[in-house]
Amino acid sequence: MNLIIYLLAFTGGFVIMSMELLGGRVLAPYFGSSIYVWGSIITVFMMSLSLGYLIGGRWSVKQPNLLRYGSIFLGGALLMYPLVLFAEPTMQWIFTRVEDPRYGSLLASTILFMVPTIILGMISPYSVRLLVKSVEGSGQVAGRLYFVSTLGSALGTLFTSFYFVLHFEINSILIMLTLALLSMAIIAITCHYRGMGAEKT
Amino acid sequence: MKLKLTIIVFSFLLTSAACSPVDAKILHEERSLYSQLIVKQIGNTVCLQFNVRSDQRNQSCIDPRRPKEMVFSYTRMSMASLLYVQQPQSILVIGLGGGTLPTAFHQLYPDAHIDTVEIDTAVVKVAEDFFGFRPAENLKVHTTDARVWTKRALMRDRRYDLIVLDAFNGEYIPEHLMTQEYLTETRQLLRPNGVLVANTFAQSDLYHSESATYASVFGSFINFRVPESANRVILVPGEMLTKDELLARADAMKGRLRPYSVPIKRYAQLIARQMDDKPDWRVNTRVLTDQFAPANLLQEQ
Repeated sequence: MNLIIYLLAFTGGFVIMSMELLGGRVLAPYFGSSIYVWGSIITVFMMSLSLGYLIGGRWSVKQPNLLRYGSIFLGGALLMYPLVLFAEPTMQWIFTRVEDPRYGSLLASTILFMVPTIILGMISPYSVRLLVKSVEGSGQVAGRLYFVSTLGSALGTLFTSFYFVLHFEINSILIMLTLALLSMAIIAITCHYRGMGAEKT
Repeated sequence: MKLKLTIIVFSFLLTSAACSPVDAKILHEERSLYSQLIVKQIGNTVCLQFNVRSDQRNQSCIDPRRPKEMVFSYTRMSMASLLYVQQPQSILVIGLGGGTLPTAFHQLYPDAHIDTVEIDTAVVKVAEDFFGFRPAENLKVHTTDARVWTKRALMRDRRYDLIVLDAFNGEYIPEHLMTQEYLTETRQLLRPNGVLVANTFAQSDLYHSESATYASVFGSFINFRVPESANRVILVPGEMLTKDELLARADAMKGRLRPYSVPIKRYAQLIARQMDDKPDWRVNTRVLTDQFAPANLLQEQ
C-alpha cells in the first residue's frame, strides 16, 4: 500500500507544477508574460498550497482511508478540468473589468487555479497520515514523502517546459493531467474496496 | 607540452584581441527587467544592443552626424511598406528599439498619429537619451505588453493605416506575440487597405512556423528579401499594386527617403519580382497558436 501512496503523491507533485507552468501560458494572451504575471501565479499557487496543507491535515484526523485519499484526486481532476472549458471566457470577463494587468492576472489566477491547487495541496499531509505508523518513524516518512512529491514536481516542470509544450496544445496537456489524477483516484479507491487500506481505519 | 600550451594560450589571446572591436566604447549598460541593454559607440555610430552576443537583429544603430540614415537593412526594408500606403493618418509600431522607425515616420508624416508600444521602460529611456527619440503629441509611447495593448486598442476601436511588428530583439521571444490569435487581433486593428510589415525570423525551424502562421492569418503576403542581407521582411499589402504602380510610387517618394538611405526604387523592383513567389517555407508546418507556441524551442532547432 505504501508504494501506491508514494506513487500518488509523486503524481500529485507532478500535476501541480505542470499546471503552474501552463498557467503562465494560459494567462499570457490577456495579461502578457511579464514578471508580475508569474508573480500572480506563484502567489496564488503558494497561498493555495498552504491552505491545502492545512485542510488536508485537518481532514486526515478522522477515519483516514484510501477512499478519502482517492477522492482528493478525484476532486482535483474534476476541478482542474474546467480550466480547459472556461479559462478563455473567464479571462475575457476579467480583462474588460480590470485595466491593470497586475491585478487582472492576480484575479485570473485566483479564479482559475486556486480551488484545484488547494485540493492538490491536501495530498501531502494526508499521505503522511496514511504512511505514519509510529512517532519515531514519522520524520522519516515525512521526509520520504516530501522527497517523492517534490521529485514529481521537478519532473513535472521539466517535462512540461522541455517536451510537452513542443508537441501538445496546452488544453491537451491539461486533459492529460486530469486523466492522470483520475487514474490515481481509481487506483486508490479500488485498493480501498479491496481492503488494502483496511488496517488504517 | 608546456610550449604547446603556451602557444595555444598565446594564439587564443591574440585572436581574441584581434576580434574585439578596439574602437568600441560602452556608453551605457544596464540590466533591465526584460533584457540586457548595452549602448556602444562603435566608430562613428552609436548602437543599442540587447544582449552580449551581437548580431544585426538585436541591434539598433545611429550615426549622430547623419541621424536619419538607417544603418541596418531590416530597418530600411521595413520602409518598403510605404509603397503600399500613401499619406498614412495613423501608424502603430510594436517594439521601440532605438526608435528609428517611429522617428522616421514622424518626420515623414508630421500629421499622422503614431502609437508605439514598448514593454521595457529602460528601452524608452535609452531611446530618448542616446538615439534622439522624442515623444510628441502625435508620437506616443505606451510602455506595456503589446498583446494586452492590442486587445485594449480593439476595445477602443482604434484602427491603423500602417502597422509595424518589430517586437523581437532580445534573446527571448515573447511567445504570445507570435501566435495566430495575436496576428488575428492585429489584423483587426488594420483599416481597410491598411498595410502590415513585420521584421521576422529568417533562420531555424521558426522561419517555417512563423511563415505558416502569417499565411494562416493573412493569406498570401510578400516575402521581401534583398540580396545583401539574410533578413526577410513580411509585407502584407492592403491592395496589390502592379510593377508600374510600384515604380511610380517609388519615384514619387525616393527624394524624401534619400536621407534615410532607403533605396526605395530598387526595393520596388525587387518586390515586383518577388510578389508572385511561391512559398519557400514548409507549407504544412504546424501553425503557432496560443495553445501551441514553442517559439523559443523552435528557434533552437
